[in-house]
Amino acid sequence: MSAPTSTITAVTPEGPEVAAVPAKRRRLRFVANPKAATGLVVLAFFCLIAIIGPWIAPFDPSARSSDLIQAPSGKHWFGTTHLGQDIFSQVLVGTRGVMFVGLLAGLVATTLSILIGVSAGFLGGAADDSLSALSNVFLVIPALPLIIIVASTIPSAGDLMVALVIGLTSWAWGARVLRAQTLSLRRRDYVEAARATGESTWRIITFEIMPNLTAIIASGFVGTVIFAVMSEITLAFIGISTISEWNWGTILFWAQSQQALAQGAWWWFVPAGLAIAVLGTALSLINFGIDEFVSPRLRSSGHTRVKTKDGHSVRMRVGFTPVLSSKAAPVTPVVPRREEEVA
Amino acid sequence: MKFLLQRLAFYVFTAWAALTINFFIPRLIPGDPVTSLINKFQGQMSTDAINSLYVLFGLDKNASIGSQYVDYWGQVFHGDLGLSFTFFPTPVSEILRQSLPWTIALVGITTFASFMIGTSLGVLAGWRRGSIMDGLLPVTTFLSSIPYFWLGLLAITLLAGPDSFFPSSGGYEPGLVPSWNAEFIGSAVQHSLLPAITILISSVSGWILTMRNMMVTVASEDYITVAHAKGLPERRVMVSYAARNALLPNVSGFALSLGFIVGGTLLVEIVFSYPGIGYNLFQAVGAKDYPLMQGVFLVITLSVLVANLLADVAYLLLDPRTRKEG
Repeated sequence: MSAPTSTITAVTPEGPEVAAVPAKRRRLRFVANPKAATGLVVLAFFCLIAIIGPWIAPFDPSARSSDLIQAPSGKHWFGTTHLGQDIFSQVLVGTRGVMFVGLLAGLVATTLSILIGVSAGFLGGAADDSLSALSNVFLVIPALPLIIIVASTIPSAGDLMVALVIGLTSWAWGARVLRAQTLSLRRRDYVEAARATGESTWRIITFEIMPNLTAIIASGFVGTVIFAVMSEITLAFIGISTISEWNWGTILFWAQSQQALAQGAWWWFVPAGLAIAVLGTALSLINFGIDEFVSPRLRSSGHTRVKTKDGHSVRMRVGFTPVLSSKAAPVTPVVPRREEEVA
Repeated sequence: MKFLLQRLAFYVFTAWAALTINFFIPRLIPGDPVTSLINKFQGQMSTDAINSLYVLFGLDKNASIGSQYVDYWGQVFHGDLGLSFTFFPTPVSEILRQSLPWTIALVGITTFASFMIGTSLGVLAGWRRGSIMDGLLPVTTFLSSIPYFWLGLLAITLLAGPDSFFPSSGGYEPGLVPSWNAEFIGSAVQHSLLPAITILISSVSGWILTMRNMMVTVASEDYITVAHAKGLPERRVMVSYAARNALLPNVSGFALSLGFIVGGTLLVEIVFSYPGIGYNLFQAVGAKDYPLMQGVFLVITLSVLVANLLADVAYLLLDPRTRKEG
């Protein structure tokens, strides 16, 4: 499936200064979006830390030392806790748990949302009604309290368990969006054509419908990862998941329970919080990138102010035809009316 | 009317589903932590109280699941949610009755205010695309990526202190008795300012973004062009033509995401030790107080359902199409 390269060349009244270069089909257009690129680079960085973090950590995150509650220094970059544990090492080691839970929960939720959303949209009828009712129920029930209750009822909830609980409760939004999109795709001509040629339902869904849902699936996945990371850190922060496994929430849990605030130990909770915020921002940026990739209108365009030849300055906006107030007399006589009359 | 009845039926269904989930969670999990708690308080609990916990948590292994389910419903309808272990021997329903007004006042008002502020800013950002308002977007993205509770911690460190105007914890001055007088209300407002600002800052950006994107989409519709061509003042086109139509999906989005938002804002209560439902949940989790946890979950879910219903009424008022009979 190779699309012909575009042969449209720019035609400008000014003439030869714009060379007629055949526009190249750009394969990595998504990465060229500055928002998406920034997000991807930061995400890659966190993935790298998640893999090598435990090896490059200078100290054992749980090891005690005699440096109690020390401010950041050359030896302890992010300072130490009330037991003399190195916070920099805790952040490094904790990255793995955060990324693991986030990505696994995202994977589980996305799979569920595809299964439920696409089949609801494609099958229609009673199956659609019951599946949408199910996803609406899950959407309306507050997810975080539900996760907290389930996770605290399960004895010794480890990373894997937490990821599964989050994944199983947070698929509803994705399913809803996917269903709406499938519904609009299902009666398109090319799907009808595929049906007419006798393709099986299974094949139509995977090869005709799914490729057109890629962007929505991707953005749903990223959105769920954000939610999963936040939920997991929250669970650790209120002390539900096992405290023996380090993650950023565990650091915050100890900072809170040991009165880090009252002791003025800002270094105890600032690095973990910033790490969460940066990871969350990176994921949101990827999602904006996807949104703008799909719907170019949403891009915040830089050059909106255009200068015309006769010295007017116009701001170009989507959906607006700029009206230039010309000094010359209007062609048709305009009877001046009051604004109220017009409105 | 038909629209409202449909929604009402859906919420009744959801309430049923939430109660059923609440019924099954303790029954599906292996081990029964509640039995050990009952044993711990042996002798201090009346037979009635033990019975009600048996019904709520399915400890009676002889009864069939069907009859357990019927008993459970009967008990919930009587408002009997068992005894709390953390605040022994206070019934769960009593604790929830005390803390619910605090949560509704703090979370309810701030969520609504954040929706209003965010939507108005989003209208401006979407209408003046490419202006400085767009530069605000990355900042709001960053703010919305910060967990609510962490922002709360930061706010306490930076703004609250022994001699600061903002108290760092609690819902009112410790010496005061809750009542409807000026002193108490003033103290309550003073204590809720910092949590409210925290929630506002971190939740407002989501509304800005969705409203901006809706405005951008609506701005290219034909009726906007027509309104411009008619020579209507810019302000009027923006508010009555573009914003009014862009608002509709945002309101339904508001209803759907209430569950997410309320879950997050409850954590702010934990950080500020605010005497609401979220703080109850925190105490219950710390003490493994299952009856209280389940009660909190039920109350949160039901409140979110009520809030959803209110959002639906607002939608009905905004969108004339839903009012059409037939």
